[in-house]
Amino acid sequence: MAAPLTLLLIVAVTIRAVLFRSSLAELIPERVEVVSPLNAWKRVVEGLALLDLGVSPYAGDVFHETPLIIYFFHFVIDYAEIVFMMADALTAVALYLAVKDYNKTVFRKQKYALEAERYPLDCLELIRTPKEMYYIPLKVAMFYLLNPFTILSCVAKSTCGLNNAVIALFILCTVKGSSLMSAIFLALATYQSIYPLTLFAPALLYLLQRLYIPVNWQRSSFWLFTTQYTFMYLGSLCVMVCLSFFLLSSWDFLSSVYGFILSVPDLTPNIGLFWYFFAEMFEHFRLFFICVFQINVFFYTIPLSIKLKEHPIFLIFMQIAIISIFKSYPTVGDIALYMAFLPAWNHLYRFLRNIFLVSVVLLACSALFPVLWHLWIYAGSANSNFYYAITLLFNVAQILLVSDYFYAYLRREHHLTHGLYLKRKDGSEATLVLK
Amino acid sequence: PCHLQDPASVMCYLAGVAWFMGLAFEPFTLRTYMSENAMGSTMVEERFPAGERALATGREFAAHKKKVGGMPVDWLVKTMQSRGLEVFTQSFTRKLPFPDENKERYMVRGTNVYGILRAPRAPRTEALVLSAPCSEGNNNNQAVGLLLGLAQYFRSQIHWAKDIIFLVNEHDLIGMQAWLEGYHHTNTTGGDWSPLQGRGGSIQAALSLELSSDVITSLDLVLEGLNGQLPNLDLANLFYAFCQKIGVLCTIQGKLQRNDWDTTSGYSHAAQTMMLMVLKQASGRPWGDHGLFLRYHIEAASIRGINSFRQYKTDTTTIGRLLEGMYRKLNNLLERLHQSYFFYLMPSLSRFVSIGYYMPAFGLLAVILLLRALDLWVQLGASPPGTEDGVPSSPGVLSILTPVVISHMTGVALYTLPILSQEMAVQHFPVSETEAVVLTAIAIYTAGLALPHNTHRLLQGEGTEEGWRVLKLVALLYLAVLLGCTALINFSLGFILALSLVPIAAFITPHTPKALSAAIMVLLSPGCTLLYCVFVFQELQETPVSLQDGWMLFLSVISQGILDHALYGSLVYPLLALLIYPCWLLLWNILFWK
Repeated sequence: MAAPLTLLLIVAVTIRAVLFRSSLAELIPERVEVVSPLNAWKRVVEGLALLDLGVSPYAGDVFHETPLIIYFFHFVIDYAEIVFMMADALTAVALYLAVKDYNKTVFRKQKYALEAERYPLDCLELIRTPKEMYYIPLKVAMFYLLNPFTILSCVAKSTCGLNNAVIALFILCTVKGSSLMSAIFLALATYQSIYPLTLFAPALLYLLQRLYIPVNWQRSSFWLFTTQYTFMYLGSLCVMVCLSFFLLSSWDFLSSVYGFILSVPDLTPNIGLFWYFFAEMFEHFRLFFICVFQINVFFYTIPLSIKLKEHPIFLIFMQIAIISIFKSYPTVGDIALYMAFLPAWNHLYRFLRNIFLVSVVLLACSALFPVLWHLWIYAGSANSNFYYAITLLFNVAQILLVSDYFYAYLRREHHLTHGLYLKRKDGSEATLVLK
Repeated sequence: PCHLQDPASVMCYLAGVAWFMGLAFEPFTLRTYMSENAMGSTMVEERFPAGERALATGREFAAHKKKVGGMPVDWLVKTMQSRGLEVFTQSFTRKLPFPDENKERYMVRGTNVYGILRAPRAPRTEALVLSAPCSEGNNNNQAVGLLLGLAQYFRSQIHWAKDIIFLVNEHDLIGMQAWLEGYHHTNTTGGDWSPLQGRGGSIQAALSLELSSDVITSLDLVLEGLNGQLPNLDLANLFYAFCQKIGVLCTIQGKLQRNDWDTTSGYSHAAQTMMLMVLKQASGRPWGDHGLFLRYHIEAASIRGINSFRQYKTDTTTIGRLLEGMYRKLNNLLERLHQSYFFYLMPSLSRFVSIGYYMPAFGLLAVILLLRALDLWVQLGASPPGTEDGVPSSPGVLSILTPVVISHMTGVALYTLPILSQEMAVQHFPVSETEAVVLTAIAIYTAGLALPHNTHRLLQGEGTEEGWRVLKLVALLYLAVLLGCTALINFSLGFILALSLVPIAAFITPHTPKALSAAIMVLLSPGCTLLYCVFVFQELQETPVSLQDGWMLFLSVISQGILDHALYGSLVYPLLALLIYPCWLLLWNILFWK
């Protein structure tokens, strides 16, 4: 399997290298869909220039990256293109290995269940075969590397690619069961953009599952491990924040990075839901609705963790998707990360209800973004409502996609315990309703 | 529901066409009205007196033009200065990618002269433009004369709150392009011009005046700009309102308004006017010198004086008064024109169809594609067990990807080769450069038809029943998204393409009779659609042409399209070559699927 992966990496890097050299390389970084104020390369360069001049990079209101990023690019600024291509390749390889390992676990579990004859007889067609699962890791890597969204994001040199790499490494370490590395990468992801905080719950659940520790409030082993993991996570987060402080010897970055993410002062249009809403709103409601919108991102963690506590990897997928839909400055690079997981849920295909509709809408919206942007900004004949309408549709389609996968996953699990052909008590055919 | 597909598609198609034709029916249209308050009820008195003197200036201009053999720059500078304007010149050169045979130019060298009347009453942050082209031969001398007359008259008035820029541009759109790019510090198409020495505020509106005789019978309003962009409808309303007030006959598309909408001939007149607008808009080219202003978010229109054999004549003084009134109203603007519509079609100057009314016509055509795609999706899901994971197995992907890639490569060839290979073609064949470009384009276009045999060889009997279904699904969705986006930017172009492409996209399968389907597909291909459009356009303009002339016209339209793209950045040619044509080739591939 290494050969196809290498070939894929070569193809992906070639595409990016060609695009970096083409005229599109100047156009793409200007697209609001691809870069946000948080991760635009222009702003990184600006921050570096300020740093070189001996001014705090957070003076002014341009730079919103974390101090570690700026010091990282301080050394590799001349190789930026290579860094971004490597970040993408790293993400893809990490996802590849993670999904491969995860699939092994899934298959092993399925084998035990089959041996214990825990599945109803009519569910045999739901059983996953090694043949079908063989290509999944490669497909995941392919979905990430050849996704136009990833390519755009990479060519725009959006630092979103680096965040994705960190999250992918976190997933890999979690799946491999290395709790220390998992905690460190989770802390790094949180340090980068706050929202990955919600991945704490699935990671913990997965590691517990791996160690055969049941989620039981009365068990001391549960509490021991939870405390241990929390401590590792908070400890490394603390180290990173303090390191940032010592690098710049000021706390400016806290308000410039995290304040900027949480209070959403920059309302440049993007593919998210925040900008239009807060641009239209009266100023004195702002605080309240910011709280509502931000809590919304974190809120789903609790119900989903309870519902999916047996399936932490699927929970990670759900959380990443929710973050990339509801975060304050989303870009297409964020979407690419959760879309890479879709091949891993290939077996849910028969339970998906509106995948066709959703893919058509996502496709059409992606084409309409630049068109309506042109009509609004350049031609002046349309206005922001047109663009926001498409943003809204795009997000509704994403939500439908994610909830469709969620429903399909639950339904498959339900069938695996209750049999494929459900009968009502009176013997007629029953349909499942998601409640 | 499979057996309901065909009738439903046919019904949708007919309904779409009927809806479109219904748009010209007067009860279904809206009466135009002025939306902009600043231009509505304010009283303006027009007193421009000096029509005769303007004509004399025009004759003087003509004499100097003849003497110099082009733009009489020195004379214009002197005359404008003597009228109290700040005068500047801009020189530009432009080498066309290949000779333009319609206008007989290749290496273009020229000068724009413009004078700025500084606003006495307000900070000079905004400006209006009045332009007149300095054309070859005896054309538009009166327009320049009137422009200078108005400049002198405006100079003596005190109520101007916006700078007024009087521009005489040489080599029509090329000069205009140079001036606009100089004014806005952009360079989108790689021309070579000197920077502007003097600038006014941001331009709010512009009118371009074309006038070739001392008296005229009617004024024609030209709205269609680059890529089918239209100015705000209020600009047309303003023109119409003043024509009514002053009593000048006004036309749009050269057609007078008629009141007998309830008769057949009245309806067909309105329909013709609207279809002319649709065809002009679809062509994506600027139909007057105003066309390039629209790109900079400046509302602009051309006003063209027409002298035909009507009894009713209008003299230059009256046109001067009309322009004075329009500029006085534009001067009152507090913000850019934005109140009224930007997307509209006009069956007459006093009636319009807004986007909400005409989009359903396109929607009815587009929905056929979506219905078909849905049907195919259901069929694909139902039939074979092999595609359980939604993505066909990897050789399947390859067999879909090959035609897609090859079609697009052909599209790229169609886009780049004609201009690149002109020198070689001229050396080897007895043709001029222009002919070489056009004929290369047609040759590549036709060569694309040989494609299915090539892809077939590459695939070696891999084509399956399921394969063409997936390919058709891809083609249908691709076409739907493509046409949808096109229709948003340029409704007319999207609609005309949908009219010809939707039927073949809906009905094409490898199982239809080959020869007949191939003939129909060729007849409905984008190139042939262009040919029909040329004939229909001539017919609607009441200048029907013979087959021979029509063909020549078709060739020149192609060369103009390529030139428009190279010179002004019109998007129609790249759209057709890079996207629409490959999409059509995909459908062609399905027909010959094996």
